[in-house]
Formats: sequence, C-alpha cells, structure tokens
Amino acid sequence: MMWDFLMHNSPALIIAVPLFAAFFTPVIGRFSKKAMYAWVVGAMIFTEFLVLILLYTVYTYGTQIYVFGARPYSMAIPPDSGGIPVRIIFTVDSMSVFMAFIAATVGLAGAIYSVACEKGQSGQEKYYALVLLMIVGMLGMVLTGDMFNFFVFLEINSLASAALVSYRINKGVSVEAAFKYAVVSAIGALMILFAIGILYGEYDALNMAMIASRMQFTTLDKIAMALILVTLAMKCGSIPMHFWVPDGYGKAPGAISAMLVAASQASLYGLFRMCFTVFGLAASHITLGYFLIILGLISMFVGVTMALVQHDIKRLMAYHAVSQTGYMLLGVGVGLATWGTPAFSQYGFAAMEGGIFHIINHAMYKGLLFLTAGAVIYRVGTSDLNKMGGLAHSMKYTTIFFIIGALSIAGIPPFNGYASKLMIYESVYQFNPLLAVIAMIVSILTLASFVKVFHSAFMGPKIYPDVKEVPKSMLAGMAILTFFIILFGIFPQLAITYLVQPAASALANPIGYISRVLGGGP
Amino acid sequence: MLYNLPYITVAVVIAIGLYAMLYKRNLIKIVIGLSLIESGVNLFLVSLGYVQGGIAPIYTNAPKTEMVLPTPQALTLTSIVIGVATTAMLLSFCIVIYRHYGTLDSEKVRRLRG
Amino acid sequence: MTGFLDFSTPSGFWDPLRWIIVMIIALLISYYIWKRGNPKHKKGEQIKPFFSGYDAPSPEDAHIRAGNIYWGFITALKRYYAFVKSIHTGNINDYIGWYVGIMALMLIVFLLWGGA
Repeated sequence: MMWDFLMHNSPALIIAVPLFAAFFTPVIGRFSKKAMYAWVVGAMIFTEFLVLILLYTVYTYGTQIYVFGARPYSMAIPPDSGGIPVRIIFTVDSMSVFMAFIAATVGLAGAIYSVACEKGQSGQEKYYALVLLMIVGMLGMVLTGDMFNFFVFLEINSLASAALVSYRINKGVSVEAAFKYAVVSAIGALMILFAIGILYGEYDALNMAMIASRMQFTTLDKIAMALILVTLAMKCGSIPMHFWVPDGYGKAPGAISAMLVAASQASLYGLFRMCFTVFGLAASHITLGYFLIILGLISMFVGVTMALVQHDIKRLMAYHAVSQTGYMLLGVGVGLATWGTPAFSQYGFAAMEGGIFHIINHAMYKGLLFLTAGAVIYRVGTSDLNKMGGLAHSMKYTTIFFIIGALSIAGIPPFNGYASKLMIYESVYQFNPLLAVIAMIVSILTLASFVKVFHSAFMGPKIYPDVKEVPKSMLAGMAILTFFIILFGIFPQLAITYLVQPAASALANPIGYISRVLGGGP
Repeated sequence: MLYNLPYITVAVVIAIGLYAMLYKRNLIKIVIGLSLIESGVNLFLVSLGYVQGGIAPIYTNAPKTEMVLPTPQALTLTSIVIGVATTAMLLSFCIVIYRHYGTLDSEKVRRLRG
Repeated sequence: MTGFLDFSTPSGFWDPLRWIIVMIIALLISYYIWKRGNPKHKKGEQIKPFFSGYDAPSPEDAHIRAGNIYWGFITALKRYYAFVKSIHTGNINDYIGWYVGIMALMLIVFLLWGGA
C-alpha cells in the first residue's frame, strides 16, 4: 500500500518533499541547530530514495506521466478538454530521471558537506532553506513536461543559487558575482518566457509534447527557438556566454559550487530536451547539431586555456567546468547532427551516449573537486594558489580525494572521466578526426592545469603548520561522490545499461515522448 | 491598426530595457532595464489572451460568454511575482555592493575578471 | 571475442579488467625498480643537491608558486592570451552584450538555415 503510493506519486513527491522541507527549515532552526541539520539531510536522503524508486519505475515500465490535479493521475487529456492537455503534466522519461538522479545525489553530498563547512556562519536557516529550494528548482526543471513550469523552476533555481552565491559576503566580491549571475539569468529567463508566449500564442498549449506535435515551424517558431536555445546555452555556461560561470562558481561557498554544476546541467538538459523533443522534429538537425558542436569546441578550448593561467583555485576549476561542458555539447551535438541518417546508428548514438555519460561523470568529479577546494579554503582561509603549499602533509584524505577527482577530470583510467571521454573520442573521430584531436589536446591541458593545482596547493614544504584535516561530515560529502566516480570508472557497463543508454534512447525518440502524453503510446 | 498596437508597445518597451542594460553603467539603471523588459514580456502575455470586447473569465453570473483567455493572465501573475522577487534581490545586492565598494559604476564593480 | 591484446572498445565502453591487469603489472615493475634502488648510492654522501657550487635554497624558497608554473607555455601564446583576457572584462554590460549579440547571430542563422 505504502509502496504503491510512493511508486505512483514519486514524481510529485520528489518536488514536494524538498519544497516542504525548505519552508520548515527556518522554523526548526529557531529551536535547535542539530535538529535542523538532521531535518535537511533527512529530507535529502528521502528525496534521493524517491528518485531511486522513480529510476526503477521508469527503467521497468517506461516513461511515466504524472498529471497534477487529475484522477487518475495518469489521465493527461481530460475527456471534455477537446484533446488538449490542460493540466500541468510531469513527463518523466529516462533522460529526466537520469538528471534527477544527478541533482539529488550532488544535492545530498552538498547538504552533508555544508553541515560542518558552514557551522560558524550566521543565517544558516536561510542557507539550508535556499539549498533545498535550489534542489527543488533543479529537480523540477528536469522532471516537468510543461514549458511554463520549466520557466518557473528555472527561476526558482536561479534565484536560490544567486542568493546562495552571495551567502558569504567576502568584502562584497561574492555579492558582485551574485549580482552578475542574477542579472544574466534573469534576462535569460525573461527571454524564455517571451518565447513561451510566442509558442502559446501559436499553438494554444504549454505542454512540450503538444507543442512538438503541433509544430508548424514558422518564422515565429524560429525566433522562439533562437531565444530558448541561446538562453539555455548561456545558462549551461558555454563560451562566449560563460562570463558568469567563473564569477559565480568561484565565489560561492564550496558546497554551492558543486551544486551549481548540477544546476547548470539542468539547463543543459533543457537545451537537449528543446533541441530533440520540442524542435527536433521540425528543425534542421544539421544546423542545430553544428550549433552545439561549435559551442562545444569553443567552450572546450577557451575554457581550458583560460583555466591554465588562473591562480584562484575555484576560479580555475570553474573554467574547467566550462571546458567540460564543451565535451557534453560536442558529444550530443554530433549525435544531433547525424540524427536520422545511417551514421546515427553507426557512431552518432555512441557519441550521444558518451556526451550523456559525461554529464553524470562531470557532476560527480567536478562536484568532488569543488568540495576539496572548499575544504582547502576552509582550513587555509585563502583561495589564492600562490599562497598555498604543502597541504598534503596535514590533509591526507582531502589530498586523496583531490587526486581522484583530478585524475578523473583529466581522463586517466580507471576513473569515470576516462570511461566517457573514450566513448566521445571514438565516436567523434568517425564524425571528424579533427574534433577528436582537439578534444584530446584539451584533455591533456586539463591534466596539466590540475598538475599545477596539485603541485602548488598540496606539494612542497609545510607552509601552514597548524592546518588539520577537515571535519568528518565534509569528508563524508566527498566520499559519496568518490564512490560514484570509482563505481562508474570500474563498472562502466553498470551506468551504461541502467542509466545512459535508456537516457540516450529516450532523448533520440521524441515520437515516443509525444505519444506517451497525447495518447497512442503504451 | 489597433490590433497590433500592443505588440508594437511590447517591442518598444523591451528595446528600451535592452538599451538600458547594454549602455547604462549604473547598476540600479541596469535593474530598471531588467524591470522594463519584464513589463514588456508581461504585456506581451496579457495581450496574447485579449479577445475583442471580452470580459473577465468568471463564469458565475457572467453577462456574456465572450471572455479573455485566463491562462495568459495566470502566467502573467506568476511572472509578476517572480519579477518582484528578482528585482528585490538585485536591489539588495546593489545595496551591499555600494556598502563595500562605495560605487555602483559597472566599470568599477569588476574585481572579478580575467 | 577479440584477443587479449586488442585494446579497442568492442562493447562501446572501455573494458576496465584488461586495463587494471596492465596497470597492476606496470606498478609491480616500477615497485621492483624502486626496491632495487641505486647501487652506487652511499649513505651520507649525496644529501645536498648540487647547485653550481652554491648553497642550495631552502625548500620554502624553492617551492614554485602557481603564478610561475607554465610560464613558457603562456609566454608562447602571449598574443592569444592578450586577446582572450581582453574579452573577460568583468563588466556586466559586456556580459549582456555578448548574450544579446549571440542571440542576434543565432536568430539570423536559424531564420536562414533553421530548417523547413
């Protein structure tokens, strides 16, 4: 009974649980700090549990839809509505639940990490409430099947993350970063709303499946497509619209930087969803595919070369986040450019798999790296690499976690970064060898810049004699992400079979998505 | 003519907002530009749902059945609420930036670069 | 099934088993070399590094700081870096300008080649 309830209502509960927890956090925080930590971490564990249930359901029974306010909950089109899905519908296919898994896992690690890391700060009730709201935003963005709902969750996500970036005022620098982030995401969200207005005016629908099935691809649709795709490309941090990334990631508290990675990837999910499902049936795949490939190439190269010259540890890692996003755009872009041709089954699908696999790997290792950077800053008190040195003497576990993360991002076996990068190299090489060569050079430069971080922060003589290892809860947060890095590195077939392949096939099958919502599907 | 007037207004308001965001160096004026864009988008949504001679979409004791579309109005309400939150947050950021930097000039509020 | 020494990825992703075996062998070989040591080494003789006859600097001074690493690489790409850094102005107007500019570019691209 309980199990059935959880299984059927999990899409709604995944949003409801953290949202409810967020608004109760300040109330509980007034009475006891410890109870508040338990409340927040408990809510995150429960959310993760619900995501796992949903993962199982979607893997076993296929795409799930959840219609809010309908009875039964799976009735997308009421009999008296004239064939239009009038209610807000959550359409959860394998790709959505894959992203939800990433958001929930990184959120859980971030929440556990924050418990010790933010202990001395004031205003913790607001911090945790915003953390939960940010997770709600990410989960909502990836689960929803409704355009306007997508916009609302995007705004929840950007507002909460901008407020969290400015959490430590840091002599005003963090607030400057938050201001820039908030302005660009606000203007981007307004452009998305404008595009939604255009689409609504044309097709009388807000549901993604309905819009996709009625798509005429007029001039107005092309304008809407440009507004939506460019905005989402900006929100996922692709060059040349990446300027907010180093500011925002670099100045946020450690756990928030890790979660901002997952938040950007929710936008990346939106970009892929719009490219494939909403506009994919009508638009030219070549144009869209090359749009993603060119963005990906520029992001990879400029991101990594800018990272090489940074001397602020988190700003350096933020440029790497830009650079790694390029791999995902490249992989999925090659898939999109070959979509519908014989080349798609030959290597395009493998490229998509590689790109999508890289999303989860990147969330795990970049999250881990940001957490280690946060640990270093927590103990040393500065983020300037020029002032660091010799931390490996006293922070052994952090050093080990950093080495694992750094090797993984550089694509060294046996960690997960290698597993997905190899898939991207192999398939992209068949598309165009030059792209694969550039991707490999970028990987080498990535390794070079992490050698630089490792050398200047962890190696050398002891400069800070009284530095200790970080508290256990921070190590636990890092350990969760390390577990997935090693798991997906040693057993890639596990991730491919259960997570990546279903996600890639779901993304490449918009007809199935549409028919699941509008009827006619299983 | 009258039919297209709201859309022309929308274009003009958004253009003014973009101009303010691109060329004004005062951070508060950038926030004002953002608010203008938001008003333009809201106006766009409301005018999408307008029906000539329509009344508010309330069925109880309705004098006639010609009604404006309710959905864009719901969207606009949501968007206004979000816009208020965004504007309030951005202005409070401006306050903190001014307190620490002593200026709101975007040429000077750029300690993060490179 | 391909042979043991075939390192392509037949199933679409890498096969960790062979790699791990290779890595363990490599680690064993390096451990053996390290264990043998340098037979010419005599205790107490080779403590100080040779620094052109001068006293070697202390480890604190010898530690290369982050700003100096990859000096050669960055100097070789000086013009590229000057260009890229000139883009990263940190000015919020420029952030919005790039966004609006790319938006305008993509509007033209999609209107011309967007598809049907």
